[in-house]
Amino acid sequence: MRLPHFLQVYLLRHMQVALNSLGRLYRAPLASLMTAAVIGIALALPAGLYLLTGNLQQLSTRWDGAASLSLFLQHTASGLQAQTLRDKLLSWPEIEHIDLISPEQALSEFRELSGFGDALDALEENPLPAVLAVKPVAESTDGESISRLLERLRKLPEIELAQLDLQWVKRFNAIVDIVQRAIWVMATLLGLAVLLITGNTIRLEIQSRREEIEVTKLIGATNAFIRRPFLYSGLWYGAIGALLATLLVELAFLQLATPVGQLAGLYQSGFSLQTLAFSDTLLLLLSGALLGLLGAWLAVGRHMSAIEPT
Amino acid sequence: MIRFDNVSKRYPEGKDALQAVSFHLRAGAMAFLTGHSGAGKSTLLKLIAVLERTSRGQLFLDGENLTRTRKGKIPFIRRKIGIIFQNHRLLFDRTVFDNVALPLVIAGYRHQDIVRRVRAALDKVDLLGRERALPITLSGGEQQRVGIARAVVNKPPLLLADEPTGNLDPELSRDIMRLFEQFNQVGVTVLIASHDLNLISRLPYPQLQLDQGRLLNGEVLEST
Repeated sequence: MRLPHFLQVYLLRHMQVALNSLGRLYRAPLASLMTAAVIGIALALPAGLYLLTGNLQQLSTRWDGAASLSLFLQHTASGLQAQTLRDKLLSWPEIEHIDLISPEQALSEFRELSGFGDALDALEENPLPAVLAVKPVAESTDGESISRLLERLRKLPEIELAQLDLQWVKRFNAIVDIVQRAIWVMATLLGLAVLLITGNTIRLEIQSRREEIEVTKLIGATNAFIRRPFLYSGLWYGAIGALLATLLVELAFLQLATPVGQLAGLYQSGFSLQTLAFSDTLLLLLSGALLGLLGAWLAVGRHMSAIEPT
Repeated sequence: MIRFDNVSKRYPEGKDALQAVSFHLRAGAMAFLTGHSGAGKSTLLKLIAVLERTSRGQLFLDGENLTRTRKGKIPFIRRKIGIIFQNHRLLFDRTVFDNVALPLVIAGYRHQDIVRRVRAALDKVDLLGRERALPITLSGGEQQRVGIARAVVNKPPLLLADEPTGNLDPELSRDIMRLFEQFNQVGVTVLIASHDLNLISRLPYPQLQLDQGRLLNGEVLEST
């Protein structure tokens, strides 16, 4: 497929300007790198935190899978009643498996684990109720279905107390949610900062190239022609900044990977730290470049029209 | 090529720079614009290059009415005009070659064409050997010649020069004038603002005399 000639020329010219702008940054490496580094840090903060909360969420979904409900039966319930209830509940589609722990079993377990054996002997009767440990089917382990199940179980007269063992997972997830929202707010603010940083850098560049802008306008340059190199500069600042941000995040997580692995090992968990996925990196680069471009656009729009040759 | 029809220019500060100026410079003509400093020479040139807008009257360039030109069209009008400044207005961070190439880059010429035309223009002003030099290393006369090469490189039909010999000694000034004559001989319309009467009175071209914003001898100027 061949592109029409004018399109070829247009693309070629854009490529030349893009490369020229990059070359201009390269000729002042320290100044360019400083600007890009500031942008990089501004982008790395929200990206890193977002990744961190992503990891926390991933961790909590593992716990979610292990969620189970403990049903404490009325003290008066007999072993037979407990057995009947168990059989009844097993027919519910949400429930996969139920362990019946009789008062006697519970007592002996407690005796073994607590070391209060003698004190228990002094009791006249077993204070512990029968417990049904309910494991829901995998599809019903998300927060909403599990609380619906919990509500239904609480309405049964035989049950004194129905308790979600991992209620705190819910709370934890809620906290992570809030943190994630806070990160979005922070990301917005830092995105704004990136906009201002590129805008300001481009503004200074426009001022230092004032004479050049005037002369090119004098010999017939269109505004688009004059704008273009500055827009590309902004784009490059943003893209290089985002690249640095990716590096920073990867480095930080590389630092964390070993200790997290050790910790997970101590908990016999196969958990490993997730780093930036390819799509995340792409998104980061894209948003960096876009923010840079937008910042340059704002600066160019404000300051370019003020420069007219005389 | 250039037609002024009762053109007046009043600056926002209230100064009347030009008053009811009328003349017609035909295509292929060459003329001088004379007068004391402050007589309105620069203003007249600026109106032609649409650096300023007329306050009253009509101004035509190559048949186009400049009084009504949209802002977006101005760059394309300026591409028809080669402008030469007293202070050259070269870009000092670029080589002679890049300075001269600028109008071609702006107009979107292909690389091979740019190289060919820039060489031709530099050859014309006798600076072919200095392509890679930075303007700062050149003498005043050489810098002015780079400015001229830049003005003619895209072969505009009109050349405007504002005191092109202002900073040069008489001999260099004559060289520069000879260059303008050469361009005129190949059909380029040339209008040169100058107060160097010594130099231009020896040349056989008509003079437009400005005095306090008024033209003393408005007329139709034919090519000679």
